[in-house]
Amino acid sequence: MKRFATLFTALDQTTKTTVKTAALTAYFEDAPDRDKLWTIALLSGRRPKRTVNASRLSEWAAELAGLPMWLFKASYDVVGDLAETIHLVLPDPAQTADRSLSDWIDMIRGLSAEEEPARKAAILQAWDQLAGTERFVFNKLITGGFRVGVSQKLMTRALSRATDIEEAELAHRLMGDWAPGTTTFAGLITAPDPEAALSRPYPFCLAYGVEGDPSDLGPPEDWLAEWKWDGIRGQLILRGGQHFLWSRGEELMTDRFPEFARARDFLPDGTVLDGEVLVWDAEAQRPRNFNALQARIGRKTVPKKLLAEAPVILRAYDLLEEDGEDLRALPFADRRARLEKMLDGIAPQAPVALSPVVDFADWSDLAPIRADARAAAAEGLMLKRAASPYHVGRKKGDWWKWKLDPLSIDAVMIYAQAGHGRRANLYTDFTFAVWKGNELVPFTKAYSGLTDAEFNKITYWVRRNTLERFGPVRRVPPEHVFEIGFEGIQKSTRHKSGVALRFPRMLRWRPDKPVQEANTHDDLLAMLDQYG
Amino acid sequence: MVLEFRDEGIFCPAGGFHIDPWRPVDRALVTHGHADHAYPGHRRYLTSAAAAPVMRHRLGDITIETMEFGETRDINGVTVSFHPAGHVPGSAQVRVEHKGEVWVASGDYKTTPDGLSETFAPVRCHAFITECTFGLPVFDWKPEAVLAAEINAWWQANAAEGRVSAIGAYSLGKAQRLLTMVDSGLGPILTHAAVENTNDVLRGQGLTLPETVRVTPETDPKMHPGALLIAPPSALDGRWARRFGPMSSAFASGWMALRGVRRRRATERGFVVSDHADWKGLNAAIAETGATRIFATHGYTATFRQWLESQGYDAQIVQTEFGDELVDDEDAA
Repeated sequence: MKRFATLFTALDQTTKTTVKTAALTAYFEDAPDRDKLWTIALLSGRRPKRTVNASRLSEWAAELAGLPMWLFKASYDVVGDLAETIHLVLPDPAQTADRSLSDWIDMIRGLSAEEEPARKAAILQAWDQLAGTERFVFNKLITGGFRVGVSQKLMTRALSRATDIEEAELAHRLMGDWAPGTTTFAGLITAPDPEAALSRPYPFCLAYGVEGDPSDLGPPEDWLAEWKWDGIRGQLILRGGQHFLWSRGEELMTDRFPEFARARDFLPDGTVLDGEVLVWDAEAQRPRNFNALQARIGRKTVPKKLLAEAPVILRAYDLLEEDGEDLRALPFADRRARLEKMLDGIAPQAPVALSPVVDFADWSDLAPIRADARAAAAEGLMLKRAASPYHVGRKKGDWWKWKLDPLSIDAVMIYAQAGHGRRANLYTDFTFAVWKGNELVPFTKAYSGLTDAEFNKITYWVRRNTLERFGPVRRVPPEHVFEIGFEGIQKSTRHKSGVALRFPRMLRWRPDKPVQEANTHDDLLAMLDQYG
Repeated sequence: MVLEFRDEGIFCPAGGFHIDPWRPVDRALVTHGHADHAYPGHRRYLTSAAAAPVMRHRLGDITIETMEFGETRDINGVTVSFHPAGHVPGSAQVRVEHKGEVWVASGDYKTTPDGLSETFAPVRCHAFITECTFGLPVFDWKPEAVLAAEINAWWQANAAEGRVSAIGAYSLGKAQRLLTMVDSGLGPILTHAAVENTNDVLRGQGLTLPETVRVTPETDPKMHPGALLIAPPSALDGRWARRFGPMSSAFASGWMALRGVRRRRATERGFVVSDHADWKGLNAAIAETGATRIFATHGYTATFRQWLESQGYDAQIVQTEFGDELVDDEDAA
């Protein structure tokens, strides 16, 4: 564990990617294979399952530290991270132990088979054997939340340097549903098992947001435009008579969306498509809003009724594999032509349809089309360079998203709550209201979008202008107006305002605007009518 | 009540004076020179002798009287005295006695010695007004020697790689504390003008600080390879710091105990060096006063009050304007 804790400290103590890459490379050159495998797993979001629940851990830590539970909870509220809170309150260890990372993880995984007293004894013993960062890292492992500010890309680069295997190839090997408990470092990295490749998705090609004017991108004839859908990015794989659907977060969604089993009836084996999973309104021939999809996302198994009410399709925009051949190096225009040929005339009942290209001759044609995206049930446009290969991950220059500006409304701040973790000593979580006659009706919360300097200023003001406290929440006088941006608006029976917003955030603080001039509840309802 | 809590600050009705008031008053007893305790505009100031020079430096032409630590003075039949608070050089707790009842206003305090400030001296009293900036059990400071070793190791490693080590610290107190902690044999120490001006004041009153080089527009960083640079945090973020080329940045504050806050500052290193008492320090200080009535001012007041109640104290929260005059300064705590 010492080696891994040292790595963790090195990664945590720098903001420079070169230093992080060097630390990781050194670790991958040096650590035992099983530790390397687990490190790859942890850094790619494959954490060991929680075997002890958070409230038990809290109780045991509070007991060991001699603190009443309420005080432990109050501390946790400020720290914002259970693993760290436990680490900070525990007394110093009395023993020592020299066990490897994978050893400790085996211990943690083994706890699922134990009764509670045995679990407790094991955890208390670990806490009494691990010092400093090792104990913090151990707590991160048992609480199942592991983030160290290392992107998968950076990790892949370091691994590539340590193994001399090409980065793109490694990125591909690391995709899919492998688990550190059922594979080895060799089986995954150095001598991969061809069986496992069957379900393995390609790393997704990701886009950046357009900066400035799209006409800066060069001649329009070099570019293709498509609608940017508001669904789930998905990769549909048809190989070996089976099908697999992957999300961009590398989650296997095959069982969640049984519609795609039928894709095999319409498309040849050895096909991999990139596209957007959308709830499809067959009558209107357009996607339904994200809310409809939300109902499906939450369900591991789908009841028949929901399947009939909210059927999904994949609107495909790229072809990554045809006849088992990897097409990613081909220019996008060629891949697109092959895709169109493959999907040409596909039966309407097929769960896959072509996502159309949006025609334009000149950049100036495109702005009004984008402005109308909501009417097309899209959230903007995608711009893709016709000659570009399908990149691994996010690479600037070839794929751009040109989203609509968010909807916005001016609202009054009425409650403030302190943040936690990174923002432990700042008021950052606010509740906003709009006018209904002389009354302020709360309609959303938001906690992002301001600069640190603005949060400092607001915090200063909140501390001096608290009218009432409800636990961590403070009621403040309605004096500050903020422009709230959001991506969508829905009817809601759960909220007093009757609406629910999608992705609300603060676009800016409007100190210039008198409170009386904030928007009204009627304005909000009008937006619901128009965009809901 | 020997002391009352008023809109303008803590007030002694019998003595007719205030302690650390935030609005202009006739007579102010001031615990230390930080801006949230030493406000401008009072007619008369009374401070510890060691706190006065900085106060003059910051507030300009003020009418100021001083007392040595432990010396007593009668103000309208009320006996007052200053006692070391261990927060910054000269920082005081104010003891106020009227008709046999003793109250102590602590200002900001730190219970462990740091080789720079006069060491905190517990004062027996009936009622104690305490800060609780770090009044949660997650705050547990490491010994001074351990912290010093961490900072020196960081400096040494940077110097070996040809980088400047830049450390953000409040110009009064934290900066000088760092100066006493670091091993000045490791290389030159450069200081921002705000820090060096305070250094000059403190040296002038007899404090020993290692040799430092004031950064001026003419300063050539190349002449000081492997230097340690001490500056207010805001200066390190801005253009001023750019001339020093590749640097490793750090921040010294009790808040650095929290990983999240450290990450928000986006400096590479966070050293948990505070001039406030940690959880154990606060509890020990309160116990040693023997007081039964405790007033918690700035910090995690609600939680801390509840904790004190559970420990059998009569505890209350007092709203003051200490500790949050600028959140960034509080970050420097």
